[in-house]
Amino acid sequence: MKPFTYARPTSVAEAVRDVAAEPGAVFLAGGTNLVDQLKLGVARPDLVVDVRRLTSREITDSDGGGLRLGAATTNSEVAADRRVRERYPVLAQALLAGATGQLRNQATTGGNPLQRTRCVYFQDVTTPCNKRDPGSGCSAVGGYTRYHAVLGVEPVQPDPDAPGTCIATHPSDMAVALAALDAQVQVLGPDGARTVPFPDLHRLPGDDPSRDTVLAHGELITAIDLPALPPGTRSGYRKVRDRASYAFALVSVAATLDVADGVVDDVRIALGGVAHKPWRAARAEEALRGRPATVGSFRLAAEAELVDAAPQPGIDDGNGFKVPLLARTLVATLRDLTPGD
Amino acid sequence: MDAEISLTVDGARHRLTVDTRTTVLDTLRERLGNTSPKKGCDHGQCGACTVLLDGERTLACLALAVAHDGAELITADGLAAEGELHPVQQAFLEQDAYQCGYCTPGQICSAVGMLQEIDRGWPSHVTEDLTAEPELSHDEVAERMSGNLCRCAAYANIVPAVQQAGGRRS
Repeated sequence: MKPFTYARPTSVAEAVRDVAAEPGAVFLAGGTNLVDQLKLGVARPDLVVDVRRLTSREITDSDGGGLRLGAATTNSEVAADRRVRERYPVLAQALLAGATGQLRNQATTGGNPLQRTRCVYFQDVTTPCNKRDPGSGCSAVGGYTRYHAVLGVEPVQPDPDAPGTCIATHPSDMAVALAALDAQVQVLGPDGARTVPFPDLHRLPGDDPSRDTVLAHGELITAIDLPALPPGTRSGYRKVRDRASYAFALVSVAATLDVADGVVDDVRIALGGVAHKPWRAARAEEALRGRPATVGSFRLAAEAELVDAAPQPGIDDGNGFKVPLLARTLVATLRDLTPGD
Repeated sequence: MDAEISLTVDGARHRLTVDTRTTVLDTLRERLGNTSPKKGCDHGQCGACTVLLDGERTLACLALAVAHDGAELITADGLAAEGELHPVQQAFLEQDAYQCGYCTPGQICSAVGMLQEIDRGWPSHVTEDLTAEPELSHDEVAERMSGNLCRCAAYANIVPAVQQAGGRRS
């Protein structure tokens, strides 16, 4: 592991200044992903700035019936909070579907969405990877693509040598729920505070796969706000994985559904394990609003969302299985949330 | 870079200087001679290094010692206060919940932490009703202990051991 300087400033503002001033600096919170990356040589910071004891570890009620999750709250604490369990089951379920009891005790609200892809090539420093080593190429194209993207990638097989190519997926379950909930991310940076809508926090690779989010260097998540859901809205998270427990998603669906008189009044859907970012399924939502809340409508919505899906060839037949799996998982999630079902 | 830290391990306070790269696991094993937590994968995938850190089950291999300056750690070794086995340790013995024993200290610390979580009413992935009190069923134990691998596959006895300890405790 490369040597680094460790700093534990006394305020959030100081921590932000410290990281912003040093290009080789990173924030440390729970450390469950960063410490592993330090060991793997994927992360090689000069300065590690510990913010775990600086940001809030409280979950507070906000005006309008929402909740504010302090960045230092652990994944365990959020999943166990009675208000979260009652008002945002999709978030509690997503958190509980992720990692293990030990990891959830360590991982934080601010850190979880910023964890990095578990693409095997990203984590193996001996292979080319545009995300880890910009411009080196993408080893995943035509390789082991089982955990890789089918949405937000080019319809033809991407060029493995192009600097923008990256077919990695975002690994977080929590982030998929937060995208569906239209959570708001409170960010403090060297130039002040701003709010980022959660669905806009993560980005597609574009021409720079090394950047997972829109946050600038030195910007720190201080809290995540959950807006109140309309009364009567039901929500849930469904995850499909290779093992019954402790595995990343092959596909996952987070949804909120509000049905009035058998008709979809409001629906919000985010998909996990299938894109470089938690994938807000805007086409499916559009196809459902004002339509009967039936399995037939849900199937049409899934079709609408997946029309541009681009399965990636690769070892063991690639990841084409994800497209029908995602459609069925989306239908099943919405069916389970439909009243009277 | 070196940093001076203090840790309380199984009741004994230690002051020591560590390289900032040192994990809690390596500090325990290599600096303090406490080999109860084991190094299995060293990447947070096996659970063999599980200890109780400030009361919560934690992977010592993914925690930097410098970031936990002042922490209180309990290892499986420290659970047997004054030579008397902890109810979870006793249950592992009675249920023969191990074979080679390498994962056992991590399993035991994880079980102790997990039973506290059940006591607090924390739900799990397999809890049907998120707002109900969780039960100590086979499925609940298996899910909650899924972060502790046993390559001898003693799971069939680990689950009853945890259930026995949980029942005895309440």
